[in-house]
Amino acid sequence: MKDMSVALKFIPLDHYVLLCIILFSIGVLGVLYRRNTIIIIMCIELMLNSVNLLLTAFSVYHSDPTGQIFVFFIMVVAAAEVAVGLAILVMMKRNIDSVDINLLSRLKW
Amino acid sequence: MTFLFYLLAAVAILSALMVVFSRSPINSVIFLIICFLSIAGHYILLNAQFLAVVHIIVYTGAIMVLFLFVIMLLNLNTSNEPHKSQLTRITAVITGGLLLLVLIAATKDAVLIQAKNPADYNIGLVKQIGQTLFKQFLLPFEISSVLFISAMVGAVMLGKKDSKKN
Repeated sequence: MKDMSVALKFIPLDHYVLLCIILFSIGVLGVLYRRNTIIIIMCIELMLNSVNLLLTAFSVYHSDPTGQIFVFFIMVVAAAEVAVGLAILVMMKRNIDSVDINLLSRLKW
Repeated sequence: MTFLFYLLAAVAILSALMVVFSRSPINSVIFLIICFLSIAGHYILLNAQFLAVVHIIVYTGAIMVLFLFVIMLLNLNTSNEPHKSQLTRITAVITGGLLLLVLIAATKDAVLIQAKNPADYNIGLVKQIGQTLFKQFLLPFEISSVLFISAMVGAVMLGKKDSKKN
């Protein structure tokens, strides 16, 4: 494992930054663009994953394992969030028979 | 290595776009799985082997199966979703593009970042991660298990049928 090549030897760090920014923006775009709640939850997952990738890239670049531990905790939070979010989705489908996010505006004001 | 990076990046971005713009939710889930697999490939390229394996197991194995299960259980795969008005869609695209622009402008100095420590490409291995996790981050690790328990209880409570109503 000692001489295993690492992508960061060849690829500048800002390419990782750019990739993660693009993925994050696509996630934000999806949240704004779609009305289907399940797609919105998927786009939130996409945003979390782009942040994870950037944390890992910086962690490898600085040779500091703390960043990868943070990624691990973000994965834990994402899993919990998906479980609760999908439970809310099932309840929403059962009560109002739709997954349209615009019907959930009763808490607006 | 460089070629692999750009290939994986292109696959990730294209499949992420397809998640947003595809018609049926099943197709979105399939494209999201492709996107997550390419992100796992990025982890392998960064020699973060533990994270790559955990990512595949947790996201592709568990979370995506949960999504597919809910879609099929609720029979959501009919693409009769009433789409947002043209104005809202254009606004969403413009907002996303502006966010992209602002973030690119804010991180344009990322080229100048200097590595803090001398390069050590073994930090992504299971041994190093385990040492850090169970020495430095033992308390957050235990607290995250409490978070999991509460999320599980909350999901079960939300998913339970309301006995008073029926």
